[in-house]
Amino acid sequence: MADLTTKIASLTLRNPTILASGITGVSCDSLKRTSEGGAGAVTSKSVTMEARKGHNNPIMVAFEGGFLNAVGYSNPGIDHALQEFSAYDGEAPFIFSIVAKDAEEFGEIARKADSLQACAAIEIVLSCPHTPGYGTMAGQGTPQATQDITRAVRQQTKKPLSVKLSPSIQALGDIAKAAESAGANAINMGNTAGPGMVIDIERGQPVLAFKVGGISGPALKPLAVRCVYDVFESVKIPVIGTGGISNGKDALEMMMAGATAVGVGTAVHYRGPQALGEIAREIDAWLDAHGHASPGEIIGIAHENEPRK
Amino acid sequence: MINMDEKNAYKTFRIASIRPDNYRVKTFTLDGALEAKPGQFCMVWIPRLNEKPFSIMNADPLTFNIAAVGEFSNKLHELAVGDKITLRGPYGNGFALTGKEKKVLLVGGGYGVAPLYFFAKKCLAQKIEPVMVIGARNEQDVLLEKDFTEEGVRVVVTTDDGSKGIKGFATVAAQAELDAGGVDAVFACGPEKMMAALARLCKDKNIPCQVSLERYMGCGMGICGKCVCGGQRVCADGPIFPGEEALKENDFGQKSRDASGATKTL
Ligand SMILES: Cc1cc2nc3c(=O)[nH]c(=O)nc-3n(C[C@H](O)[C@H](O)[C@H](O)COP(=O)(O)OP(=O)(O)OC[C@H]3O[C@@H](n4cnc5c(N)ncnc54)[C@H](O)[C@@H]3O)c2cc1C
Ligand SMILES: Cc1cc2nc3c(=O)[nH]c(=O)nc-3n(C[C@H](O)[C@H](O)[C@H](O)COP(=O)(O)O)c2cc1C
Repeated sequence: MADLTTKIASLTLRNPTILASGITGVSCDSLKRTSEGGAGAVTSKSVTMEARKGHNNPIMVAFEGGFLNAVGYSNPGIDHALQEFSAYDGEAPFIFSIVAKDAEEFGEIARKADSLQACAAIEIVLSCPHTPGYGTMAGQGTPQATQDITRAVRQQTKKPLSVKLSPSIQALGDIAKAAESAGANAINMGNTAGPGMVIDIERGQPVLAFKVGGISGPALKPLAVRCVYDVFESVKIPVIGTGGISNGKDALEMMMAGATAVGVGTAVHYRGPQALGEIAREIDAWLDAHGHASPGEIIGIAHENEPRK
Repeated sequence: MINMDEKNAYKTFRIASIRPDNYRVKTFTLDGALEAKPGQFCMVWIPRLNEKPFSIMNADPLTFNIAAVGEFSNKLHELAVGDKITLRGPYGNGFALTGKEKKVLLVGGGYGVAPLYFFAKKCLAQKIEPVMVIGARNEQDVLLEKDFTEEGVRVVVTTDDGSKGIKGFATVAAQAELDAGGVDAVFACGPEKMMAALARLCKDKNIPCQVSLERYMGCGMGICGKCVCGGQRVCADGPIFPGEEALKENDFGQKSRDASGATKTL
């Protein structure tokens, strides 16, 4: 048995799998169930200051390589979410995902999120590709905005802070550095890509109500692996690799690109809430079979230089 | 050629016939079939409007029983024979038989009788005797009674106001059927408070029971989490749950969620 214990700043996970934001993370009980299924950590659905209904259905559509989604940040608002998640007592640490319109509002919502005892870490998302007023649609995917927002949040919390970036942005290294310099403890690389579009040919219409949506699932993996590889070369803080991970081999590939931990989203469609525990066991089996005592021995080995310790 | 899961693909049918059932419910029969199990549902899409879940009332030809209760269902009611209906599915697990049942009790309220009609036909095909309890507010709201009797199913009707059948809730009639004995399993689809009462009754009597839950649905594919009842994803883990499992969830019979994910009292 390899030792899968994973450290991200002051956070200790029993294994490197993290439930990605927006994947069943609406109720406290579903996060507990994912924890019971063996996840290393779980992330809430992203929460805004006020309740949001989100986009109309269809909010998600399948294609051969995965899915497109445009949920539009439906969530009950921070006050309701604080109540919802106050009872969280799963073994997997709880990461509170928050989003806001600008740096000031980010600071305000971070202060509220920080007050939740169950909140082990905070993730700020600057990368949603399909919600007007937020993420890349609000210009939050620039180095300057990243720095301003990260700093505003850092001032409100001492808890580990992860910044989630978009794989569809070119200046990734600069953005990751901006987050690091403003006090982020980890980069989550990353969100869905695109946006893309699916048109139903029988109706001649885009399927998603918002017409466009972010790409997730297997088709996203090579893009996410490349982004993780790039970010790993740009910053010293740990990288969480998210995008298209469906099994242990996918996770190992992401870790060789430089990910300390992996985010798992769409795989929950294919494998259910126990997917994360299963992926952890698959990582373990591979490491064992290849004579590795821990994931640390393979993290970043795809890079030419010596892997960072 | 890479294939995605066929259930996630959109399929376009044309409406073959429309039958008005009462002042707000119509049965839509489409011009094709879908391989599906009783208790499963489809996500019906109207381009540029919305997409909503509806239980399958019949798989071949594909049939839905639709109550006009709001914007989307009213729009469906405006469709005419020959118009297109586009949907994906079937989703969910469906009602399950062990193969040992000889007689089963079905309890439905509102459009909850539609999946039970599909299920009753499956029972009959397997030589299991279904008894159907239809609960409604009043005579006008009693749905599909004739469809059941035409298949040879014994139907017991209850209405809240006594305008038809037994006066009282469906649970009262269900209890009488269970007390009479011989029922091997109970299957229910209707108002959740009724199903919670029924699940407790069955637990006390040690009779297996399955309930069909209804929640606000987003993706229908077990990802977005909008339809959770406690820790269960109703779209993917359900919508049918063993009564005892449902009773373990704090939300069952108590709380639902709206489109934002905020909880509301049932
Ligand atoms: C598994 C399942 C099976 C169903 N089967 C049937 C059926 O066979 N026949 C039938 O008439 N109805 C069925 N429904 C309910 C049907 O989905 C709603 O009546 C419909 O979505 C209402 O939409 P609307 O715009 O007309 O009304 P609205 O005014 O939007 O809403 C009216 C009611 O429908 C509920 N509702 C709205 N949107 C959704 C949604 N996305 N998912 C779930 N509920 C929603 C609301 O909570 C509200 O209680 C089923 C629901 C589920 C979850
Ligand atoms: C339905 C759905 C909803 C999502 N909602 C959020 C969200 O609220 N916040 C967020 O940061 N990412 C959200 N994401 C993105 C995921 O967290 C993840 O970054 C992305 O799906 C890529 O990973 P995957 O390929 O494993 O799914 C969502 C993804 C999906 C499919």
